[in-house]
Amino acid sequence: MDPIKEAMLHRSRSAKLERRGRLLSLACISLIVLVVLAIFIFVASRGLATFFTNKVNLISFLSKSTWAPAVKDAHGVPQVGALPMIVGSFGVTFLSAVVATPFAVGAAIFMTEISPNLGKRILQPVIELLVGIPSVVYGFIGLSVIVPVIRTVFGGTGFGILAGTFVLFVMILPTVTSMTVDALKAVPRHYREASLALGGTRWQTISRVVLRAAMPGILTGIVFGMARAFGEALAVQMVIGNAALLPKDLISPASTLTSVLTSGIGNTVMGSLENNALWSLALLLLLMSLAFNLLIRWIGKKGEMK
Amino acid sequence: MQNYSLDDTYIKDLDPQTHEFAITTKDLRVFYGDKEAVHGVSLPFERYKITALIGASGSGKSTFLRSLNRMNDNIEGSQVTGEIMYRGVDINSDAIDVYEMRKHIGMVFQRPNPFAKSIYDNITFAPRRFGEKRKAVLDELVETSLKQAALWDQVKDNLYQSGLSLSGGQQQRLCIARAIAMKPDVLLMDEPASALDPISTSTVEDTLMALKDQYTIIIVTHNMQQAARISDYTAFFYSGQALEFDETRKIFTRPKIKATDDYVSGHFG
Amino acid sequence: MSAKSIDKLMTGMLYLIAGVIVLLLAGLLGYILVQGLPHVSWHFLTSPAKSFEAGGGIGIQLFNSFYLLVLSMLISVPLALGAGIYLAEYAKKNWVTDVVRTAIEILSSLPSVVVGLFGFLVFVLQFKFGFSILSGALALTMFNLPLLTRNVEDSLRQVGFTQREAGLALGLSRWETVVHVVIPEALPGILTGMILGAGRVFGEAAALIYTAGQSAPALNFGDWNPLHIASPLNPFRPAETLAVHIWKINSEGIQPDAAAVSAGASAVLIIAVLAFNLLARWGGNRLYKRMTAG
Repeated sequence: MDPIKEAMLHRSRSAKLERRGRLLSLACISLIVLVVLAIFIFVASRGLATFFTNKVNLISFLSKSTWAPAVKDAHGVPQVGALPMIVGSFGVTFLSAVVATPFAVGAAIFMTEISPNLGKRILQPVIELLVGIPSVVYGFIGLSVIVPVIRTVFGGTGFGILAGTFVLFVMILPTVTSMTVDALKAVPRHYREASLALGGTRWQTISRVVLRAAMPGILTGIVFGMARAFGEALAVQMVIGNAALLPKDLISPASTLTSVLTSGIGNTVMGSLENNALWSLALLLLLMSLAFNLLIRWIGKKGEMK
Repeated sequence: MQNYSLDDTYIKDLDPQTHEFAITTKDLRVFYGDKEAVHGVSLPFERYKITALIGASGSGKSTFLRSLNRMNDNIEGSQVTGEIMYRGVDINSDAIDVYEMRKHIGMVFQRPNPFAKSIYDNITFAPRRFGEKRKAVLDELVETSLKQAALWDQVKDNLYQSGLSLSGGQQQRLCIARAIAMKPDVLLMDEPASALDPISTSTVEDTLMALKDQYTIIIVTHNMQQAARISDYTAFFYSGQALEFDETRKIFTRPKIKATDDYVSGHFG
Repeated sequence: MSAKSIDKLMTGMLYLIAGVIVLLLAGLLGYILVQGLPHVSWHFLTSPAKSFEAGGGIGIQLFNSFYLLVLSMLISVPLALGAGIYLAEYAKKNWVTDVVRTAIEILSSLPSVVVGLFGFLVFVLQFKFGFSILSGALALTMFNLPLLTRNVEDSLRQVGFTQREAGLALGLSRWETVVHVVIPEALPGILTGMILGAGRVFGEAAALIYTAGQSAPALNFGDWNPLHIASPLNPFRPAETLAVHIWKINSEGIQPDAAAVSAGASAVLIIAVLAFNLLARWGGNRLYKRMTAG
């Protein structure tokens, strides 16, 4: 019989390798998906225990401002009001985004519209280096430079939301900048040419045409930066003062979801209410990260429709 | 450009008693999603001959060619129905090991695509993967393949330089050498000279003529002079259909179908 | 004010912003290096840390950081390669793939402290690995996998489809073609991404404080049997890394020279991360040139 015909009717080594390889790569990707699922299931099951096992009211968890899980109030209900941390987290996130956005957008405009040459040679590496600096180093500098400066200028301890804002500002600056650069670069050249041909100055072109066209991309960058700020733990924890109190101003010790988690998880007993309450904070953090994700998708969709 | 009827066809009958076929197709259809790109093509390909597939862009000739060794399998959403008989089996069936089949039905593409490896490794890569480890055998293979592809004299002193450092024409001949090194039965060529300059083109053509003794060649070409120069048979494709198939001489002198006549005399395409 | 002068003013502002950012980085680096480098000595880099007195070093932490890095890369690189290959080569355009991509996106945007807490729950408690190198390496793997996977996928996609067709037409399977043709060609991009990932892992602390732990027990550098408790290679010992050490002494340190130690440690950390960045750029470029040159 024809040996080639014979060979074609049998499964070759290549076919076996292909099957094995495909399965192997499928296993790798499945593992990642599984991990994501497991993270949600584990954190949710711990985090929900506060409400189902310890019978804490969800509304009071989100709205009360006394965080003392070990202490019960007059009705015997433990006091787990997460509002101080929620306010702290949102506070540093929004403030740092507000401070970072003009710098990031300015730097991005500089890099794409004003001086691409200097941008590529100097600003680009600077941004990349800023991304590379580990967050504990930012925290350390915040602790040893920013906190003392705030203490000298404004009084108080120097710890607080203002210090956290400064540290996070520098940390999210590169994220927002590089995404804004991408958004500006995606604006077609003829938009600019049309505006310049109509006699617009460079700034008019940038502010009225380029920035407007790039708006969805810039917003996405800002939300990315906010997501990073919201989730940042150690750098913030080192400068915010870690007092689970509703912040009255920007320069008194406060706390965020992440800062309470990092300092608290190790000091509570697994399964206790104090511990469960912390896991509820972790769950909140997880859900917020999901919310930022959805927001980014939504902006992306809106941008496409235009 | 006028529209021609797809029912008006002439496919020359080759007598199986006097002709030996390498591949024959029966009612071969190719679908991309819901769209049918090739509408039931039945053609014979005689052994140790060159068959040219000609026709305008989008006529389905390349798609047809690529389905002969099932390269369309790799395009998501594509589906091929009908029969491709090779060595007495239908290779368009799941029972066939597609990798084994492609060792015997090789392909050279429109754009030269050497691996980013040395000339030597480009040729020996596949044979080594299939188990040939003996240095002497591999050396011999490199030399004969490169000689057959008319590239040996130009590169024999630089076998370890990157295949990408060669000129376009040389790269294409390296790809031919790489395909020949597998000692295939059939070589499918998808416009192998379209990206090349005239001198390289004529070198590649000479190469093909020389290969005819040992290989069955099916070549898609845009270039009618090329088809006329090198092929024994020619099939004219129009709108996903093979309208005419005959000896090349007849296609270019006395075509039986109006569309073929118009195409070869340069009225469209 | 005329449009012209506004234009001038805004251009000036933009130069100012760019200048401020450059100064910011210069200030950060300058501060760390000026404060930290005088404290860095051979003794500092090799001796163990001290809890209550001055003169402690970062030797064990430095070793732990590197060991953890190597271990987590050993786990995450093959996984990222497999997952990246799947996405670039095998994933069909359908809803399953969309779900997979979304999952990876979510994982990449999760706060690292959440990843660390999950690691604590699963590896430290559930699997009973305790605060250990292994728990830390697994947490770092989760932290690093999404970016590595995306990098592998992107690098593979950079290689033209014609290269895959070339392999397939010779009778090789897609897998063989990818492993032996496409990956070698995509190597510069893949390696650059891996080295950047390594730098990220090296500086990460939040994912580690509850997985690899916050203590660095004394090691016997004469004993390399991974099963011995004092062996540096033992994957089940707690291992405070350099980044965790900086956090630890700053938030609860009682060493008299805590500031100097953390400045020194920060300087070392920054230099290491910069080295990873430079290596990634330089190595990637070099490899790319070598592969495309004749």
